Amino acid sequence: MNQKFSLNVNGTVHSVEADADMPLLYALCDDIGLNNPHFGCGLAQCGACTVHLDGQPIRSCITPLSAVGDGKIVTLAGLGTPEKPHPLQTAYVEEQVPQCGYCINGWIMTAAAFLRDKKKPTETEIKSALEGLKCRCGTHVAILRAVKRAAAMMG
Amino acid sequence: MTKFEKSANFSRRALLKAGGALVVSFGAPIGFDSARADEAMIAAAKPPLTPDQLSSYIAVNADGTIAAFFGKMDMGQGLFVAVGQIVAEELDVPFGAVTVIMGDTANSVNQGGASGSTGLQEGGKQMRVAAAEARRVLVQMAADKLGLPAEQLTVTDGVVHATADANKKVSYAELIGGRFFNVHLDWNGKYGNPLYAPGQAKPKDPKTHKIVGLPIKRQDIAPKVFAQQDFCTDIKVPGMVHGRMIRPDIAGTVPVKVDETSIKHIPTAKVVWNNGFLGVVADKEWDAIQAAQLLKVEWSNTAPPFPAQAALYDHIRKEPSRKRQVEPAETGNVDDAFKSAARVIEAEYEWPFQSHASMGPACSLVEIKDGHATCWSGTQKSHFVRSGLAAMLQMPEDNVHVIWTPGPGSYGRNDADDAAMDAAVLAKAVGKPVRVQYMRNQGTGWDPKGPASIHKARAALDAAGNVIAYDFLSKAFSRVDVDTNGSKPYDTLAGQTLGVDLKSGDGFGIPAESYAFANKRTAWEVIPPLLDRASPLRTSHLRDPVGPQIHFASESFMDEVAAALNVDAIEFRLRYVKDPRDVAVIKAAAEKAGWQTRPSPRKDQSGEKVSGRGIAYAQRNGTRVAMIAEVDIDRTSGKIWVRKFTVAHDCGQIINPDGIRMTVEGNIVQGISRTLWEEVKFDTKAVTSVDWLTYPILDITETPDQIDVVLINHPEIASSGAGEPSSRPIAAAIANAVFDATGVRIRRVPFSPDNVKSALS
Repeated sequence: MNQKFSLNVNGTVHSVEADADMPLLYALCDDIGLNNPHFGCGLAQCGACTVHLDGQPIRSCITPLSAVGDGKIVTLAGLGTPEKPHPLQTAYVEEQVPQCGYCINGWIMTAAAFLRDKKKPTETEIKSALEGLKCRCGTHVAILRAVKRAAAMMG
Repeated sequence: MTKFEKSANFSRRALLKAGGALVVSFGAPIGFDSARADEAMIAAAKPPLTPDQLSSYIAVNADGTIAAFFGKMDMGQGLFVAVGQIVAEELDVPFGAVTVIMGDTANSVNQGGASGSTGLQEGGKQMRVAAAEARRVLVQMAADKLGLPAEQLTVTDGVVHATADANKKVSYAELIGGRFFNVHLDWNGKYGNPLYAPGQAKPKDPKTHKIVGLPIKRQDIAPKVFAQQDFCTDIKVPGMVHGRMIRPDIAGTVPVKVDETSIKHIPTAKVVWNNGFLGVVADKEWDAIQAAQLLKVEWSNTAPPFPAQAALYDHIRKEPSRKRQVEPAETGNVDDAFKSAARVIEAEYEWPFQSHASMGPACSLVEIKDGHATCWSGTQKSHFVRSGLAAMLQMPEDNVHVIWTPGPGSYGRNDADDAAMDAAVLAKAVGKPVRVQYMRNQGTGWDPKGPASIHKARAALDAAGNVIAYDFLSKAFSRVDVDTNGSKPYDTLAGQTLGVDLKSGDGFGIPAESYAFANKRTAWEVIPPLLDRASPLRTSHLRDPVGPQIHFASESFMDEVAAALNVDAIEFRLRYVKDPRDVAVIKAAAEKAGWQTRPSPRKDQSGEKVSGRGIAYAQRNGTRVAMIAEVDIDRTSGKIWVRKFTVAHDCGQIINPDGIRMTVEGNIVQGISRTLWEEVKFDTKAVTSVDWLTYPILDITETPDQIDVVLINHPEIASSGAGEPSSRPIAAAIANAVFDATGVRIRRVPFSPDNVKSALS
């Protein structure tokens, strides 16, 4: 049974008519037509679909529309722009992190919330905050370099 | 201008640019007298897209920027940056003036796609001679225009000028901008990786290189980081519907009854069923997913096709081989030498099936309109996919356009080519553009697998401890049970489920090294697949195809021989390794890592937490890599942490050192993952590794503290590959380090905590 939803995505409200059980990911990519986030597993195991809901990273592939309400959704595109980048985006470019780049949403959106709440984290704290996210190209070392660089930028 | 552009956009823009200039200059080519001989070098209309035309590789836009059309593509290692550097170098234009357009069948010829680390070794070589020829032609045209001999001209930033007088000048844009080269190249008649078509020009002396060798950064990262880059998963066209495929729970079974009423409540959902091919489409993606899950299907009553997983290696041992090959020819007489041995050392190693398990399952969009098909795919080999689609859709190849679009990771023949073919079959059936994305359990459970294998190694020693003979045999599933590309329907799931005749290939490999033993035999044998049609355990190429397996065995074994002789592992290798570049990488890795000469295992440790170091080395098509792993092991939990890797890498001339470093780092992490964690699980019915819980990979918390990369540059030696060579010695380096730490030799991958614990107990 389709219902109407008003989704606030990166500051713009979109009207979506869909099944209340449909995961947010499909509203973002199929109905609204964003080119991010990505489908990686549909099981909340990899992070490729991560967005912020009211500032908290969530896996949009398993979050039903009914759970979104009028929360503010921010995707990677809404985190920063080339003109006004988030420090993690700057660090990712500086450190040349991704290979295929399909996993980026998970790492950056998770790290952005973590670094906002935790200043001057240790390497162990960074690793622990990112545990479970997947990067199949094996750019782990570069990811950690970039998160440390962004942490330093964010003081 | 960004360096890297989605080819669909660029080809449109490139044509607009070219077309725009053409309109302006048509009938009155600016600055040219049509009587000139060099006019023959220019064409208003584009010459045919064939390998013997310069215009198939290089074009000068109206604004003087350069388009380089590349029949290979970058899988995330920055290949297009290196190709751009080569083209800019030969043409004497700034690096930023070159845009490399990759893998679009409408504007590039088949240079083999992403394949075998040949991006620079073969692809770069061709782009270099094409760019050099373009410069030669442009300088000749300038000589005619300026009335000066070509020898008295210099090119600076795309402007040809008199060496003695910079005011006597003409730019590339003025000479040919917006029009096409009409220059014939001396093509060797081959397509794919070996394609080579030089012109008359000789490329520059490497000593004069200014752009080649620089650590220029990738330009595709910012668009990805700001979500401005479309992946193949993001492409949409008007009227597009979503498709999902349905695979059987028991491999080898086919649908015998499909109850379409079971999904009649899902709006727009439709079933496409033909023999074993079963999919659904719906206007909305979520509806297609629901339909695929809810469709009631009765499957044929077929016996489960697989042995129990525990019996896998016995199966490989006992199964009659389909093909045996000794490569190269045997040196000396191995069997005789073993008869005279004072001592024989032998060991056997085992490697499991592994999955590409790409970051996202494959996705492809196919649109069929007016007898033409367009396909967007993350494939590694778009030109081959074009052939496959043409065969499947029964269309001339010229009517099929494959646009390579970055996919969710690719490490060989993953599921991308299957998705393209499935999308084509669905699109033809429903008469609408269809976007197919697999689900996670299909991405991991149904991609072509890296082959499982066993490896037997023997060494014969004389009384003085010299190795007098070496015998190495791999027995395995084929690396080309399905081929490395989707150019034939029988190599794709769609073709196999639709029922085409099968053609399984035979291939494996041998260790690549320069151990000079007086008697030496390296050989392989392959066995048939466990299930011949539409198998989730069909085998093909996975990064550095069969290299990790073979060198896990061969380089573990060299360590076993060294340990048996109570000799340091590097000292032992240097007694027999003969190639000077091999010796150099081994010594460079040892020096960088601070290797202490002593035999393994260490004898100075006690307690539950122990550490060790191990070396391994290999060649790969001209590249040499040596690496040292340093590991910590918790004997109680069986958990291994690879703390540090030191890699020495020689691939001839370095085009972009940072590109190689990042590539090696990725290979090391992926290789540690494959060594410690990765094994495709299956039961008698199906593959049971279907997600990240059942096919775990290395977690960020297990990242090495340090990966040191020593690059040895040989500008005088043509570049060989860097994409994969550093993948192959990783498992052996880790195994050797585990032995150094514990005195226990682990001969089966993966080294998961459970497996290590049981090996140590």
